[in-house]
Amino acid sequence: MELKTKINAEDGKQDLTITREFDLPVELLFKAHTEPELIEQWMSNPYATAKMLKFEAKKHGSYQQESKDSNGKVVFKANGTFHEFIPNEKITRTFEMENAQLGVQLELITFEKLTDTTSKLTTHVIYESGTLRDRQLKMPFAQGLSMAHDRMQEIMGKLK
Amino acid sequence: MQSNSYTMNLRRDVFQAIADPTRRAILTLVASQVMTAGAIASNFDTARPTISKHLQILTECKLLVQEQKGREVYYNLNPDKMKEIADFVEPFRKMWDDRFNKLETVLKNLKKDGK
Repeated sequence: MELKTKINAEDGKQDLTITREFDLPVELLFKAHTEPELIEQWMSNPYATAKMLKFEAKKHGSYQQESKDSNGKVVFKANGTFHEFIPNEKITRTFEMENAQLGVQLELITFEKLTDTTSKLTTHVIYESGTLRDRQLKMPFAQGLSMAHDRMQEIMGKLK
Repeated sequence: MQSNSYTMNLRRDVFQAIADPTRRAILTLVASQVMTAGAIASNFDTARPTISKHLQILTECKLLVQEQKGREVYYNLNPDKMKEIADFVEPFRKMWDDRFNKLETVLKNLKKDGK
């Protein structure tokens, strides 16, 4: 299956760009990034439920979020500050995943109107170093493994 | 502990191998044709021992393969190892793709409910 999301991570650089076109008007796409209840919905997956602990959608505002697995164990915790908040155009924020040793990233998220019903999202992520960026790129391998383990545990738990 | 093993694996890691601009230039050169160490070095102002060191690292990482032809050693690009680099971002891309697909579904449902 073809993935709609494109990632551009050039060799030896300390940044990466994630792009995706949506079959949605730009206003709605922006809304998905500014309303905590909506963010919680799309950031959740079958193995972890996302919760926004704090979300001040404005310049100088900050946010805090966490995800818990079905046993209530916190599996992901992140925070950051908004530096720019231009409705339907751009969000500039810092992002720090807690206890991940990936440092703090600068995220420049741009919202672009393509047609009345389609839009494009571009997230430019800048890391403290190329090494940290590459470590981040390797993480889904580890997470995928851990998810598989969780699921196995879940299934085995039912058999007990 | 983790950072220790990371350091120790530096030279074996293809991503460390391509982090250096000279090594990337070498890969680009060898991609177009099989070359000897001398022919590769003649494309750079860098001292010959430095180029040899880069070739050694690229060979240890298996991005380059050595081939003996008579008295000369030729360097070949290893496409399988290069593919490993291309495959690298796939799980990360998949994670974001899943997330954005969800976003699209959530908003489409919202649009439906709102109307």
